[in-house]
Amino acid sequence: MLNISGIHEGFVLDHIQAGMSLSIYHDLKLDKLDCAVAIIKNAKSNKMGKKDIIKVECPIDALDLDILGFIDHNITVNIIKGDRIVDKKVLQLPKQVRNVIKCKNPRCITSIEQGLDQIFVLTDEENEVYRCKYCEETYKNTARKR
Amino acid sequence: MRHLMSPLDLSIEELDDLLNLANDIEKNPQKYAHVCDGKKLATCFYEPSTRTRLSFEAAMLNLGGSVLGFSSADSSSASKGESVSDTMRVISCYADIAAIRHPKEGAALVASQKSLIPVINAGDGGHQHPTQTLTDLLTIRSLRGELGNLTIGLCGDLKFGRTVHSLINALIRYENVRFVLISPEELRVPDYIREDVLEKNHIPYEEVERLEYAMPNLDVLYMTRVQKERFFNEDDYIRMKDFYILNKEKMKLAKPDMLVLHPLPRVNEISVDVDDDPRAAYFKQAQYGVYVRMALILTLLRWKGDLTC
Repeated sequence: MLNISGIHEGFVLDHIQAGMSLSIYHDLKLDKLDCAVAIIKNAKSNKMGKKDIIKVECPIDALDLDILGFIDHNITVNIIKGDRIVDKKVLQLPKQVRNVIKCKNPRCITSIEQGLDQIFVLTDEENEVYRCKYCEETYKNTARKR
Repeated sequence: MRHLMSPLDLSIEELDDLLNLANDIEKNPQKYAHVCDGKKLATCFYEPSTRTRLSFEAAMLNLGGSVLGFSSADSSSASKGESVSDTMRVISCYADIAAIRHPKEGAALVASQKSLIPVINAGDGGHQHPTQTLTDLLTIRSLRGELGNLTIGLCGDLKFGRTVHSLINALIRYENVRFVLISPEELRVPDYIREDVLEKNHIPYEEVERLEYAMPNLDVLYMTRVQKERFFNEDDYIRMKDFYILNKEKMKLAKPDMLVLHPLPRVNEISVDVDDDPRAAYFKQAQYGVYVRMALILTLLRWKGDLTC
């Protein structure tokens, strides 16, 4: 059994789809934070078979977790303060995501316009469809849907 | 202040008002001959266009306004690397309203975000061409009396034709509209139109390969061009190219009051011998394009508060 010490203040991101933790590490820009981060890969899970977990020791306002809802809203976010779980955040699909993914349509204005944010808008909540705000190209992320 | 990026930016009520205004302009052109005196339209065309640009310019001149602009990216600051956003910000200082055509999809939306004046999307790549759709709707409504209770055949390149996609999206908002989609296998409407637009909204449609089969039931036939380069192999093109050429013979199969529309330019998909048929409405359609653009310019300037009439 692998033991990783508890955290005093920060987050535990649980039930991450196995293999996705490194991508989430980058999407949350954890590499830019000067804090302790533990990535646990392929941990045993009754629900999922195996899963990844990320523990982050940081002030609880240091991270923008909205993007997690876009990546995988089934992730469990435990908020830790004073060495114990004080809240569990329920993730939702954000209405729009900015500068997280790039439009792959070579005919889209985002491919040439300087300083233009990459914005994707949730157009079909049921089927988790996001479309580029400018050219309406669909973003397909099979990893996001479980 | 509002812009026009897609035909669906207008509610059905707003669209009705716009088409009513266009019909009034058609009947009483003198009444509108000076309503835009002193106003300027900027036509910002980053790619060549004949009909759309001249139609916009004719519309503004008919309203008493004047026009300025450029007709290719080479003759604009885009050739120096200026962004669409910056160009439109500057043009906002020179004109009262702008029409923009750009080869990149979403360019008009980018232009509108920093613009101080209403922006009309005059075509953004293969994405939207809302004033063509408004033209199509005005033509159908003026010549048939209504936009509902209609069987419309869309023929030719239904895969890449943005005018077809826009028209389907606009017409499904009306009662009892049925579509007959006439195209070769390679050029069928994209899945998202079939699934997300037609099936999701329970709109009746059928897909056929031969124009002759569909003709007898149509109230409107909307022709588009089938380009050779869209086919995967030349044999298929040769086998099918004549299916999609409308001629006098095929017109004999149609209802006596069926309308033939085409966004133009026509190459050979409608034989010139059809032009004299009273059901051929594609040149009238070009005239309606001027009326609807006049109505649109007026409406957007009114909404901005620039016109009191």
